[in-house]
Amino acid sequence: MTELTCIVCPVGCRIRVDRDGNGLKITGNGCPRGLTYAREEMTAPQRTLTAVVEVAGSDCMLPVKTKVAIPKAKIWAAMQEIKAITVHPPVTIGQVLKEDLAGSGVALVATGTIDQDEKRENL
Amino acid sequence: MLNTKEVDLVVVGGGPAGMAAAVAASEAGVEAIVLIERQARLGGILPQCIHNGFGLRFFKEELTGPEYAHRFMLELEKHPGIEVKTGTMVIKVTADRQVMTVSAAEGLVCYQARAVILAMGCRERPRGAINIPGTRPAGIYTAGSLQYLMNIEGFLPGRTAVILGSGDIGLIMARRLTLEGIQVKAVLELMPYSNGLNRNVVQCLEDFKIPLYLSHTVTAIHGQKRVEKVSVAPVGADLKPLVEKGFDLACDTLVLSVGLIPENELSLQAGVELDPATGGPVVDSFYHTTVEGIFACGNVAHVHDLVDDVSTESAIAGRAAAAYLRGEIRGTRWLPVKAGRNIRSVVPQRIVTGQATPLYIRARFPERDVLLQVGRGRSRRRIVSPGETIYYTVKPEEISETDGWIGVSLEGGEIDD
Ligand SMILES: Cc1cc2nc3c(=O)[nH]c(=O)nc-3n(C[C@H](O)[C@H](O)[C@H](O)COP(=O)(O)OP(=O)(O)OC[C@H]3O[C@@H](n4cnc5c(N)ncnc54)[C@H](O)[C@@H]3O)c2cc1C
Ligand code: SF4
Repeated sequence: MTELTCIVCPVGCRIRVDRDGNGLKITGNGCPRGLTYAREEMTAPQRTLTAVVEVAGSDCMLPVKTKVAIPKAKIWAAMQEIKAITVHPPVTIGQVLKEDLAGSGVALVATGTIDQDEKRENL
Repeated sequence: MLNTKEVDLVVVGGGPAGMAAAVAASEAGVEAIVLIERQARLGGILPQCIHNGFGLRFFKEELTGPEYAHRFMLELEKHPGIEVKTGTMVIKVTADRQVMTVSAAEGLVCYQARAVILAMGCRERPRGAINIPGTRPAGIYTAGSLQYLMNIEGFLPGRTAVILGSGDIGLIMARRLTLEGIQVKAVLELMPYSNGLNRNVVQCLEDFKIPLYLSHTVTAIHGQKRVEKVSVAPVGADLKPLVEKGFDLACDTLVLSVGLIPENELSLQAGVELDPATGGPVVDSFYHTTVEGIFACGNVAHVHDLVDDVSTESAIAGRAAAAYLRGEIRGTRWLPVKAGRNIRSVVPQRIVTGQATPLYIRARFPERDVLLQVGRGRSRRRIVSPGETIYYTVKPEEISETDGWIGVSLEGGEIDD
């Protein structure tokens, strides 16, 4: 038996996972998303990674995220790649900054905007 | 001569609360709205909250803080009736709704408003630092200021850190420091339970194997120019440190995450009554304070776990201000809330009869399998904890005017430890 806290939403359901023959018996989830979470967490855990990157010619950083969750095992390699990035303005929210981050198949996108004169508009 | 402008509504503070309130008031037909923000840009605290987990309730998708703020800025642009004044600080609000402002661009400007919405947010409580003996070297930060320094300015504070306090900002910062290569030796929490959301304990500490020491505190800070180590000790049931059981943790950075308090200097000046349990104004179901025509919403009213709740509640306040300006919701009937067993605070404190009111309730201590009672209403809860808001919408039929108040309590639980 494993007890997990579902992190998909702030309710934070305590989910119980029991081995059931070849499958998993999952109980305690408040909604279907908890089922998917528990199954993934037991087999291939994933997390969305957020960070900041440098902006050429600006004192402010640009916030970024992986477009969707990446395998937990790739987080460190992804951070190394993110730290090496410097973006050049303008950047628009949602813009892809790097495809296939750390071989995860997932893109790194901007979560803020910097306009031409290098100030972060939506900071 | 002081420049005075007459407007329908002034919103003080351009964070998520102020933005949502202004948009809702405009949608409800208010014409001359001024939204005043002291910083150079809107968004309040959100731009520094680069992690995700915002918007699940409100937008039904997972956004980061800057993305959440961006959504509201796009909304604001659709409302030309809202005049946004950034770089402008409100220095005084009076009971007859004069709002005094100062800015580099326009100097002193006074607005005579027919209604005011207070949305100044909260600030960090520095208290924890004051009680710790030892030196005051460099390397001590509050969690929120460190969040700003790292996420906006790209500053890295040191190599090894200890975090005091397990509220959400402390947990989020533990992960943030770790990802930037700074070793977080421990998160210490005075209470026997974490004050943060459970999901944050899992995804910020357990994911990175950062130890959480419950019932522990910092008893001394060591180091001359820079923090070199901290002394840590467990605390007894009376929360006093058991120094003989203490140990030292070497670190060059100490992060204090010891809670937030609503920012209410302006509210006090206006004569608004504050609730000692929340630190924010006493409000009714419309987020109307005890002063006619002055409303309050967001973290200025009570510290929220989730910005989504801030947006929802602020929209109620914005619509209510519009109703007030139409001459409605004056002299409405309400009943006071009376906090019973294991209840620390309830917002709103005054419940308007004859309509449903969503409540934000906080427990005093963690418990399992409890019965939440609100007036005549009942609801089972599996787990309650001071770190997580308890939601309940009280319906008109659950309120009895003859009682004279609405009791809120948690009954029959087991103490969870
Ligand atoms: C340091 C810190 C970190 C946080 N981190 C998180 C987090 O990681 N996740 C999360 O869910 N929640 C977090 N919160 C809670 C978060 O603040 C709220 O969910 C939300 O931002 C509250 O919105 P608000 O508009 O009420 O307040 P705020 O976002 O604080 O906005 C208030 C605004 O009012 C302005 N203001 C104040 N006084 C005046 C004045 N006199 N004149 C003009 N303008 C004024 C301020 O400049 C500010 O822009 C954090 C809070 C703080 C203080
Ligand atoms: S199971 Fe559903 S309701 Fe429970 S925490 Fe997960 S997403 Fe939220």
